[in-house]
Amino acid sequence: MGKIIIDILLALIILITAAFWLYAEKKDGGALKKKQKNVIKRILISSIIVFALQFVSADVFDMLNIRAFAYAGRILRLAAYLVSYVIIGGDILKKAFRGIKNKRVFDENFLMVIASLGALALAVYENGDYLEAVAVMIFYQIGELFQSYAVGKSRRNISALMDLRPDYANIETDGNIERVDPETVAPGTVISVLPGERVPIDGIITDGVSSVNTSALTGESIPRDVAVGDEVLSGCINLTGLIKIRTEKSFGDSTVSKILHLVEDASTRKSKSEDFITKFARYYTPAVCFAALALAFLPPLCKMLILGGSAGFGVWLYRALTFLVISCPCALVISIPLGFFAGIGGAGKAGILIKGSSFLEALAQTKIIVMDKTGTLTKGVFEVSEIHFNEAEKEKLLEYAALAESSSPHPIAKSIVSAYGGEIDRSRITEIEEIAGYGVTARVDGKLVAVGNGRFFKKLNIKCESLDVVGTVAYLAVEGEYKGYTVISDTVKSNSAKALKLLKKAGVKKTVMLTGDGKAVAEKVGKELGIDEIHSELMPEDKLRIVGELLKTKRKNERLAFVGDGINDAPALMTADIGIAMGAMGSDAAIEAADVVLMDDDPMKIVTGIRISRKCLSIVYQNIVFALSVKFISLILGAFGIVNMWIAVFADVGVMVLAVLNAVRALSVRLEK
Amino acid sequence: MANIYEIEVDCANCANLMEAAIRKVKGVQKADVSFMTQKLKLELCEGYNEKQVLKEALKECKKIEDDCEIYF
Repeated sequence: MGKIIIDILLALIILITAAFWLYAEKKDGGALKKKQKNVIKRILISSIIVFALQFVSADVFDMLNIRAFAYAGRILRLAAYLVSYVIIGGDILKKAFRGIKNKRVFDENFLMVIASLGALALAVYENGDYLEAVAVMIFYQIGELFQSYAVGKSRRNISALMDLRPDYANIETDGNIERVDPETVAPGTVISVLPGERVPIDGIITDGVSSVNTSALTGESIPRDVAVGDEVLSGCINLTGLIKIRTEKSFGDSTVSKILHLVEDASTRKSKSEDFITKFARYYTPAVCFAALALAFLPPLCKMLILGGSAGFGVWLYRALTFLVISCPCALVISIPLGFFAGIGGAGKAGILIKGSSFLEALAQTKIIVMDKTGTLTKGVFEVSEIHFNEAEKEKLLEYAALAESSSPHPIAKSIVSAYGGEIDRSRITEIEEIAGYGVTARVDGKLVAVGNGRFFKKLNIKCESLDVVGTVAYLAVEGEYKGYTVISDTVKSNSAKALKLLKKAGVKKTVMLTGDGKAVAEKVGKELGIDEIHSELMPEDKLRIVGELLKTKRKNERLAFVGDGINDAPALMTADIGIAMGAMGSDAAIEAADVVLMDDDPMKIVTGIRISRKCLSIVYQNIVFALSVKFISLILGAFGIVNMWIAVFADVGVMVLAVLNAVRALSVRLEK
Repeated sequence: MANIYEIEVDCANCANLMEAAIRKVKGVQKADVSFMTQKLKLELCEGYNEKQVLKEALKECKKIEDDCEIYF
C-alpha cells in the first residue's frame, strides 16, 4: 500500500515538474534562469531513475549476485541510487562541503546533506530503502526551485509597479525628433513628449494641450488636463496630444529620479521583525543540530543503561535525521522580507512612498497623529467661504465686487474674483482706486462700488455690521449703500473630516492639530473636523516643542506620527516617530526629512497608509506564527517518530509555498476614497 | 555617502549572512543587503578604495554562496 502511494507521488513529481517547465517556458517567456532550468532537468532525471528503480525490487538485483562476488547485485542497486542522488544533490554536497571549509558549518545545505547521507547509510546497512535519501533531496530542490521562481516573479511584479524610469527624452532639432538619454538633458531644454510616452523630466508646458495620467505618482487614476504654462512632473504618462516641455530640472533632480531613489533605498532599511528573524535563524539552525545530536544518542543510551533493553540506535538516528530536515529556516527567512517588500510596493502603487520596512512597521502602530492645519487639513489657499449679500441681487453684487477687485493683486481680491468665476470685462470698470490695508473703490457700469474692511467703510462713512466671524471679512457697498459682506478663509479639504473619522476607526487614539493661526479659526476648524486636541497661535519652533511633549506621553508600543506639508515643519517631521509629508513631490526638504511621503495632498492617504501597514504587518505575523508552529509541531512529531522524513520535507516545502503566497497578498491595496 | 550596487544572491538567508560578512570587511562603515531588490547598499569609511573593499566583500560573499556576484 505504502509503495503505491510513493509510486504515485513520484509520478506526480515528474508530471508537475515537467508541466511547470513547459508553462514557465511558454507562458512566462524566458522567466527561468539558466540555473533554474538546470535544476528542473536534474529533478526530472533523478526522479525518473528513482521511479524506474521502484519497479525493480531488491530481490531482482540480488539475482545478479554471482558466486565470485556475492554482493554484485546489491552494489549495482546502490550505485543506481547513488547516481540519482549525486545528480540531484551534487551541488548541495558541494555547497555543504564549502561551508565546512569556510567555517560556516550550520547552514541548510549542511542539514540536508547530513540528513540524506544519514538515511543513505541506514539504507546501506539494511539493504533497504535508498529512495528516502534521494527523495529528501528531490523535495528540497523542488522547494528551492519554487522559492526562487515565486520570489523572482513577485520581485519582478513589484518592481514593475514602481518602474517609472523613462528610457529616453525626445529633443527636436530642425524638425527631426532625436531620442537622447534623459540624464544628458540640461535644464531649460525643450523636449517633446508624444502621446503614450512617459514624461522624462519635470518641466513646464510651452506648447500643446493634453491630459496626463499621474497615477504612477499619486495613485490618482483620473487623468489631469494640462495646457501651456502648466507644470508636469516626470513619471506622468502623456495621454492625448503632443506636448512640448521646457525642462525645469536635471533628470537627477526630477521627481521620478527621487522616487526611484527612495524606493531603492527603502528595501535596505530593515524592520524589527526582519532583524528578529535574522537573529532567530542564526541561533535556530545550530540549536536544532545539537537537539538532533541529543535525540540520536540520549534516548537510546538511557534505554540501554537504565532500562537495560536494546538501544535501537537505528530508530533514533532516523528520528534525529528527520529532525534535521525539518529544521531548515527557509520559509521564515524568505516570507518576511517578501511581505514587507510587497507592502511597500502596494503602498507605492497607491501613491504612498514608505522609506523602509521599519517605518511600515511603525506606521501600523500609530496611536497619536499630530497634524499641521494649513496645507494638511485645509487647502492652504484663501477662498470665499461665506457670502452674505441680498439674496435677490447676489449674483450681480458678486459680479460688482469681483470687477472692482479685478486689478488688485491682494489674495482677498483674488479669492473674490475666483469666487465669481465669470469673465472680467475690463471696459466696464473705471476710476479704480486701491488703498493698501483698507480696500478698493471703482466705478462698475458707472456705479461706485466699494469693497474693503471695516476700517475702510468707517473712513468712507458707510454704516456696516460689526461681525465676529472666523476669517477675513470684505464688505461691499454700491453707490454708498451697504449691501452685505463676504467671508474669506482658508477652506477645509473636502476629505479631511472623513479621513479623521476613519483614522479613529483604524485605531488612532488621539488626533492633535497644530496651527499658527488665531484661536478662533483653529477652534472652529478643529470642532468641524472632530479633532481631540488643538494648539493654536504657534510659532514654527513651538510645533517641535509640542511634538516633543506628546512623544513623552505615549506608551511604549505606541507611535506618534506627524503630518505636515513640509513647509517649515521639517524639524517636527524628523522628531516624530514617523514623519509624513504630504503633497511633497515639490519639496526636497520634506522628502529628505519625512519617513513616509504622500504623493498628493489628500488626507485620506494617511488612512490608506495605515491600513496598508496594518495588513502587511498582520501578514508578516501570520507567516511568523504559521511557519514557526508548523516547524515546532513537526519537530515534536518527528522526535516521537510519528512523522517520517518524507512528510517532514513536504511540510517544509508546503509552509514555504503558503508563506510566499500569503506574503504576496500584501501587494493588493484597496484605495480609500 | 552610500552607494547602491546590484548583487546577485539566490537565497534569503544567504543574503543575511552576506550582509553580516560584508559588515566585517575592513573599510566598510555600513552595509545592507536587500534580497528582494537584489541591492547592496554600502557606506565606506574614509580613505578606503571602493574597488578594493568591494573586491574583498565579494570574496567573503563567495564563501557563502559561490555563484553570487556584485556588480561594480
